[in-house]
Amino acid sequence: MTLQTQIEQKLAALAPDVLQVENESHMHSVPANSETHFKVTLVSDAFDGMMPVKRHQQIYALLADELSGPVHALALHLYTPAEWQARGGERPNSPNCRGGGK
Amino acid sequence: MSTTAENIQRQISENPILIFMKGSPQLPQCGFSAQTVQALMSCGERFAFVNVLDNPDIRAELPKIANWPTFPQLWVEGELVGGCDIVVEMHQNGELEKLVKAAAERAGAAEGGDNA
Repeated sequence: MTLQTQIEQKLAALAPDVLQVENESHMHSVPANSETHFKVTLVSDAFDGMMPVKRHQQIYALLADELSGPVHALALHLYTPAEWQARGGERPNSPNCRGGGK
Repeated sequence: MSTTAENIQRQISENPILIFMKGSPQLPQCGFSAQTVQALMSCGERFAFVNVLDNPDIRAELPKIANWPTFPQLWVEGELVGGCDIVVEMHQNGELEKLVKAAAERAGAAEGGDNA
């Protein structure tokens, strides 16, 4: 199982309306086919009334093993269904690498 | 001798606007740090920064204290605001500038500063 699939399976715990896990490792200074940099877009009722920091920390808790091991960067775009609708289903782009090594 | 955790606590409590990042504001070493510090600089207030690439002890210890695994991290008045995604989003909707300006104003007042 790829790390990407593993992340998807763990985040299913939040009963997401939308779940998109993208491997963005190719944008960074790591070997080809790495699984180090990910972007997650997740829309769930679970975030209703929750501050952004708390939403992120909830994801970090679910992915604690991955983050303490192979995953180096995790961009998170976390919305409630109403917020997602208000932004028209758009998720922001991630920045490119600036070469700061490991 | 103080421990790394004590150093971090002191940095957080002494600097009302503080970013832990990779590289410096002038020369960020990571795209996420670059975006975040750019949003912060656009608020036009003075802030402190710690380059975690020069401070491996802080880089190792802060994620545990903050319950936040990655960098950058923006701290305002002793509280974690968030990393790149949150700060950039707050910048776009105007909340970041409000937060930062309010913190700078309170810090100035506490120092007895005169802005006239």
